[in-house]
Amino acid sequence: MTTAAEQLESFLKRVPYIRFIGMQAELAGDEMTAILPPKPELIGNTFIPALHGGVIGAFLEMTALAQLSVAEPTRRIPKTIDVTIEYLRPGRGGLISYARADLRKVGRRIANVHVEAWQDDRDKPFAALRGHFLLSNDHR
Amino acid sequence: MSEVPEVFRQIAERMVEVTPQAAALGMRFVSVAPARGSLSVPWREDLVGDPDTQVIAGGVVTTLLDHTCGLAMAAAAGTEPFSTATLDLRIDYMRPAAARTGITCEAHCYKITRSIGFVRAEAWDVDRADLVATAQAAFILNRPNA
Repeated sequence: MTTAAEQLESFLKRVPYIRFIGMQAELAGDEMTAILPPKPELIGNTFIPALHGGVIGAFLEMTALAQLSVAEPTRRIPKTIDVTIEYLRPGRGGLISYARADLRKVGRRIANVHVEAWQDDRDKPFAALRGHFLLSNDHR
Repeated sequence: MSEVPEVFRQIAERMVEVTPQAAALGMRFVSVAPARGSLSVPWREDLVGDPDTQVIAGGVVTTLLDHTCGLAMAAAAGTEPFSTATLDLRIDYMRPAAARTGITCEAHCYKITRSIGFVRAEAWDVDRADLVATAQAAFILNRPNA
């Protein structure tokens, strides 16, 4: 039997794109915090400088998938059905970003997940995501 | 604006080179037209989201959709200087992309006001008629001279 920590570790290692953006994660009990260290390649706006909006969305989506890999040890990586990303503030390019996912509902086939990301102040999130993910292995 | 001025076309072409994340993804300029833009990302091993299927990651599609929406915004905003930020972005994933295949995206800014732009975008892998994802986004427009 694999532990939640091993489950998470294997998910993070398996996905090449997670290594591409440099995302990491820490686990405290069943609560996972995703971490995105700053990297020059993640910048989308060089004037501020700010993280690319797409990178922010991707970080939130990967946080949802990582949390699902901890909570729901399905064999396959869930498929994203839809996501809504809300941008609240610029994601500052020089700071570490953190994100936590809240599994609002995990059904037999569908999971509804909310994710929030912040940088230096937990109470000032810079982006949020709501999404649906397909858990089962059946083909669409 | 019935056609895109040549100078703007050159700016649009450069948009993918000067944005660090777009360059890191290997993003390519495809075309620009009034209120419309098209960009692509070729498949690459380090951009895979699921090693079992070798399909490009959803995050790459997200970034391509966001960036192409930004290009359509720029193509709609005219020649006045402005900056823009994404307010929200809704993405529907219709199906996984084909294995070891890149993604092309086209975006249309169908309404722009003094302060807000509304954009729709579509992404596909092989066939323009068989979409991988669609997006709907709202952008805030900051015009320093407004």
